[in-house]
Amino acid sequence: MERFAALLDALVLTPSRNAKLALLADHLRETPDPDRGWALAALTDGLDFPAVKASLIRSLMAERVDPVLWTLSRDYVGDTAETASLLWPEPLGQRFPAPTVAEVVATLHATTRTTAPTILADLLDRLDVNGRYALLKLATGAMRIGISARLAKVAFAQAFSVSVEDVEEYWHGQSPPYTPLFDWAANGAPPPRTDLLPLFRPFMLAHPLEAESLDLSEYAAEWKWDGIRVQIVHVAGETRVYSRSGDDISATFPEVTAALTTPCVLDGELLVRGAHQGGETGGAASFNALQQRLGRKTVSKAMLAESPAFVRLYDLLIEDKEDLREWAWEQRRPRLEALVPRLDATRFDISQVIPAKDFDDLAEIRSRARDEAIEGVMLKRRDSPYVAGRRTGLWYKWKRDPLLIDCVLMYAQRGSGKRSSFYSDFTFGCWNGDPDAGAELLPVGKAYFGFTDEELKFLDRHVRQHTVGKFGPVRETDKSLVFEVAFDSVHTSKRHKSGVAMRFPRISRIRTDKPAHEADRLDALKALIAD
Amino acid sequence: MTMASPFSWLKPEPFGLHVVPADAWIDPARAVDTALVTHGHADHARGGHGLTVATPETLAIMALRYGVVETGSTPVAYGETVTLKGGVKATYIPAGHVLGSAQILLEHAGERVIVTGDYKRRADPTCQPFQVTPCDVFVTEATFGLPVFRHPPIADEMAKLLAARQNEQGRCVLVGAYALGKAQRVIAELRAAGFTDTIWLHGAMERMCRLYEDHGVDLGDLQPVAGVPKAALANSIVICPPSALNDRWSRRLPDPVTAMASGWMRVRQRARQRGVELPLIISDHADWDELTQTITQVNPTETWVTHGREEALLRWCELTQRKARALALVGYEDEDD
Repeated sequence: MERFAALLDALVLTPSRNAKLALLADHLRETPDPDRGWALAALTDGLDFPAVKASLIRSLMAERVDPVLWTLSRDYVGDTAETASLLWPEPLGQRFPAPTVAEVVATLHATTRTTAPTILADLLDRLDVNGRYALLKLATGAMRIGISARLAKVAFAQAFSVSVEDVEEYWHGQSPPYTPLFDWAANGAPPPRTDLLPLFRPFMLAHPLEAESLDLSEYAAEWKWDGIRVQIVHVAGETRVYSRSGDDISATFPEVTAALTTPCVLDGELLVRGAHQGGETGGAASFNALQQRLGRKTVSKAMLAESPAFVRLYDLLIEDKEDLREWAWEQRRPRLEALVPRLDATRFDISQVIPAKDFDDLAEIRSRARDEAIEGVMLKRRDSPYVAGRRTGLWYKWKRDPLLIDCVLMYAQRGSGKRSSFYSDFTFGCWNGDPDAGAELLPVGKAYFGFTDEELKFLDRHVRQHTVGKFGPVRETDKSLVFEVAFDSVHTSKRHKSGVAMRFPRISRIRTDKPAHEADRLDALKALIAD
Repeated sequence: MTMASPFSWLKPEPFGLHVVPADAWIDPARAVDTALVTHGHADHARGGHGLTVATPETLAIMALRYGVVETGSTPVAYGETVTLKGGVKATYIPAGHVLGSAQILLEHAGERVIVTGDYKRRADPTCQPFQVTPCDVFVTEATFGLPVFRHPPIADEMAKLLAARQNEQGRCVLVGAYALGKAQRVIAELRAAGFTDTIWLHGAMERMCRLYEDHGVDLGDLQPVAGVPKAALANSIVICPPSALNDRWSRRLPDPVTAMASGWMRVRQRARQRGVELPLIISDHADWDELTQTITQVNPTETWVTHGREEALLRWCELTQRKARALALVGYEDEDD
């Protein structure tokens, strides 16, 4: 555990991506099985101990530290696990030897909600302050140390000189501590078999379009639908629906899962049926409707009837046992077109290619598209193979221009992690009438990105110097600063006092030049509602 | 006339503590006629006062910092008492924070008040140790007034520093340390740990180190880093002010391991925000245990908290049934210490 704790500390304090990769690669190469596999799982959210949650840490600490001192400390440090590791009372006398990572994992797996408090306390007593931090991070699964699953896979590839694509693919069939994966990469054993498993294949992604124009004889244009990107896999009688991050969401969309019975791997956009004009085949509702279904573990019959899901297909990766990913898009596309008529038409349709004569024509079509289920246009190189990740020059996304509105900063809250000392979460509002005739500001949204580090420093200073009230960690400002807020869409919402909810709001500009009373009114925002 | 309430002769004002009968201010944030200064850090010792009352060491530090000897200055040695206007007596007592740092004991109307300035309780080879002195009102700092702040033994931190120097072949370790006090303490502790090599200094450190040596603190072989070729600095230790850590100045060094000596380094994200690779938890302020231990030992009737994280210390006083209040003083900084 000391080794893992030292790795975590070094990763936290190492800003450069390459140095992080080197640290991780060294650890994976030099740590014996199974500890290295458990470390890898811990760093990539691959561990889950249902009996150990952040609430358990809080209740353990409540028995040991005054609640007011705990809250003040937690607010200052900005991280529950770290605060607990610092406040944990050092046991008296000789400490027992520190447990290994494998021992910690085995112990935590064997806990129940009843035994968890004692077991976690015993483990904490056996570790020093850095070890306690590592243990709590591992146990609750909220690392937040800037290691993405992708980075871990690159480090794994680097540690054993194998390709990242292979690592991605073999990884998904494996569970921690990934011993067959290490056997393959480190000891030259045959790779784990994947062809009979309903595995996730890494998505091909797009860069934002920056060029002024593209030659449409080289690139095909498709609509970019505003749902969630999914991969549907059917093999050996089993079907899985995966989200963009590779999470299995089959249970959230059972009607889609049940509908695919043909052995293949499909890439598409999951949408729900709705009143909106969804272009060529069938209507899709706005993202708001889809959101009602996301994140639910069980789906009611009513919900299935009200908001049935379907997938608008973009691509075909594997058909039967034939891997088409090396093929050009223009060869895969006819295979997809031939396959779609054989699929359940209530659950699957195809995303049409936009019949644009040239780029100007496409720009014209794009600007006329008023369908809310359209997020923009995709441009795909006709000869592009299906490759994992974002490869320059192959696929581009050309999103619709964001909507803009001027809002007034109302409240700010300190961030977490790297921003724990900065006021970086901002709540902003619009006027509910004429500000010169006594109208008030109503909060319409929250944003915590869109600004540069320099702007963040400015905003932090502004908040500290213009605070008029404090409510726990929240500061109320004097409402003098105007933001230009960019957002993708706005919807009616019963949960918000303003009656609206913005999607993907971010600070686009700080308008120090604009007086607060000239900020926009709620009516202006409501006029943009697209439900 | 009603009878004056207890301690009403000492008034917290936004920019300092006002000793009313003497018309003197303690560590005022702006120029006043008479200032009682606890120690030489810039946020406590500002220039331009009519009369400055401080220890000879603090006066020397102020003279070095502001380039001019104050027109009126009254040196007060540790243990010495001066009588101010209105019959207020002021005694300067070691605070253990930096060279010359003092707690000021004020006596008036049969009441004893101690203003600590900044202080710590750990051993420090560069200054005299804090003395526990009984009083009615104890005016304490609370820079590290949260129970998460527990400074580890300094020997552990020196071992980390020396190991980094040893392990990172071809690189140097660049330690960001406050130019007054922290830098000299780190150097003296390195010497105590048996490190006898040259220690290299950023230009802003030199004069203060010399001042310490003039006051009998042995710092060993110190050399300015200016003009020294990169290769000569491999596997060496360089000390600079925290502001120079990520400054263009550091580009002259061979791939430095960025270290910072500060009590804030106890919190990972604080180290991360500063871009520090090697956090050294070394502070010249009392940590949580030292603060609470000191209040317990001094055992005053009332505790006043000047600056820092006063909420938590007030809460501790409440839990231990001690009378306490926060003084909303402004102008004291805690960013780099």
